[in-house]
Amino acid sequence: MASLTVTDDQVGANTKAKVVQPAWVRVMHWINALAMILMILSGWQIYNASPLFDFRFPREYTLGGWLGGGLLWHFAAMWLLMINGLAYLVTGIATGRFRKKLLPITASGVLHDVRAALTFKLGHDDLTVYKYVQRLLYAGILVVAILIVLSGLAMWKPVQLYYLVMLFGDYPAARYVHFFCMAAICAFLVVHVLLALLVPKSLRAMIIGR
Amino acid sequence: MAKRPFLIPGVDKRLLIKDSIKTMPDLARRRFIAGGASLGALTLLTGCDVIDSSSAETMLAKVSKFNDAVQAWMFNPDALAPTFPESAITKPFPFNAYYDLDDAPDIAAADWKLEVRGLVDNKKSWTLEELYKLPQVTQITRHICVEGWSAIGSWTGTPLRDFLKLIGADTRAQYVWFQCADKDGYNSPLDMRSALHPQTQMTFKYANEILPRAYGFPMKIRVPTKLGFKNPKYVISMEVTNDYKGGYWEDQGYNSFSGS
Repeated sequence: MASLTVTDDQVGANTKAKVVQPAWVRVMHWINALAMILMILSGWQIYNASPLFDFRFPREYTLGGWLGGGLLWHFAAMWLLMINGLAYLVTGIATGRFRKKLLPITASGVLHDVRAALTFKLGHDDLTVYKYVQRLLYAGILVVAILIVLSGLAMWKPVQLYYLVMLFGDYPAARYVHFFCMAAICAFLVVHVLLALLVPKSLRAMIIGR
Repeated sequence: MAKRPFLIPGVDKRLLIKDSIKTMPDLARRRFIAGGASLGALTLLTGCDVIDSSSAETMLAKVSKFNDAVQAWMFNPDALAPTFPESAITKPFPFNAYYDLDDAPDIAAADWKLEVRGLVDNKKSWTLEELYKLPQVTQITRHICVEGWSAIGSWTGTPLRDFLKLIGADTRAQYVWFQCADKDGYNSPLDMRSALHPQTQMTFKYANEILPRAYGFPMKIRVPTKLGFKNPKYVISMEVTNDYKGGYWEDQGYNSFSGS
C-alpha cells in the first residue's frame, strides 16, 4: 500500500501553494537589500579615506564620488536600514516567526545538513521549513546585523553614546568590529545570493510569496 | 513631465553627466556629491530618478539637515569626552589638513591678533600676550577625524565658555563662527551649545609646549565633542552670530553638526 504512505516529499508537494514568505517579510527583505547595498558601497567609500588594512576598495564599487558624498549616503541610508531593521526584529519576535523558523538550532542538525549538502542529498521540497544550516546562518546574520548597527552608532556618537564604545573597548576597536561585520555580511550575501539562484523557487517565494 | 526640459532627446543623460564631470575642475568634481558620477551608483540606481544628480543631492542635503537636528537633540551638554592618561598620547600626533605642512600658515606672534565680532559687548581684539594671561586647563582627549582615524593628544588652553563670558557674548545666539589664516580662508561654524561645552577650548599649547605651527599656531579651537574638521586651526577671528555662515568643509557636503 505504498500509495498510502505519506512521505515528506508528498507533504511538501501538498503544501506547495501555501505562503512561504508573508508580505511583511518580503517588503522588509527588499528594503533591507537596498539599504544594505547603499550602506556597503558608501561604507567602502568612507573606508577608502583612511583604510584599516593595506588595500582600498575599487572606486567603481563605491558610492558618493568622494568621502563627503559617501558620508551623506551612509548617514541617509542608515535610517532606512535601522527603521526597517527594527521593524523586522519587532515583527519577527512578536509574530513568533523567528522562534518557529530559526529554532531549534542543534549541532547534530547542522552537521547532518552539511553532510547531506556535500553529498547532494539535501532536499528543498518544503521551503517553509528552514534547514539547520539555514537557521544557523540566518540567526547568525541577525546577530551580525545588531553588532554592525551598534558599532556604527558607537563610531557616530563616541561621546554621547560612550557606553556603546565601552562595549567594544575603544573607538578604534569599534571601527574594526564595524569592518569585520561588513565582511561577514558580504560573505553571507555571496552564499545567500548563490543559493537563491541555485534554488530559484526560493527567490520566487521572496518575490510573490509562494 | 517636462521636468528637465534642458535634456537633449536621444542623449543618454548618464553619459552626459559622466562626460561633463570630466571637464570639471577638481574642486567642482568634489562638490559633485550626489555620487551620480560613481559606477556604483549608476549600476545600482539605473532607471531611478534618484540618479539625477540634482535630485539626489537635494535629498541627501535634506537628510543631512535632519541629521543636524537629530544630533543637536542627542547632544548632552554635560556629557564629557573621555580623557586619557599621558601614556595614551599618540606619538607623533598626525598633521592633517587640505594642504601640506609647508603651505600651512606661518604666523608671527607679534603680528597676530584675535578679532572678536558680532553679538558681543566688548569687540576689542586680543593679542597673544593678553590671551596667554587667561586661566588655562589641560585635557587629554581623542581627536576623531571625519576620515575615520583617531589620535589622542594633550591640549592646553582657556575654556571657550569662560572667554565668551569675559567678552560679554550673547550666549543665546546660534553660532560662534571661526575664521582662519590659511590661504583658502578656512572657516567653520560651531553651534552655541557645543561652544559652551566645558571641554571646548581655545588652545595655546600642545603637549605642554606652545602650539607648534603644524597644530595651528597661535590658536586652535579644540572641540572634543566634534569631528576634527570642526576644530579650526590658525584662528584669526570669532564672530558670535545667529546666521549660519557655512564653512570650508561644511559647504562641500560634510555634515555641519558632525558631533561625536
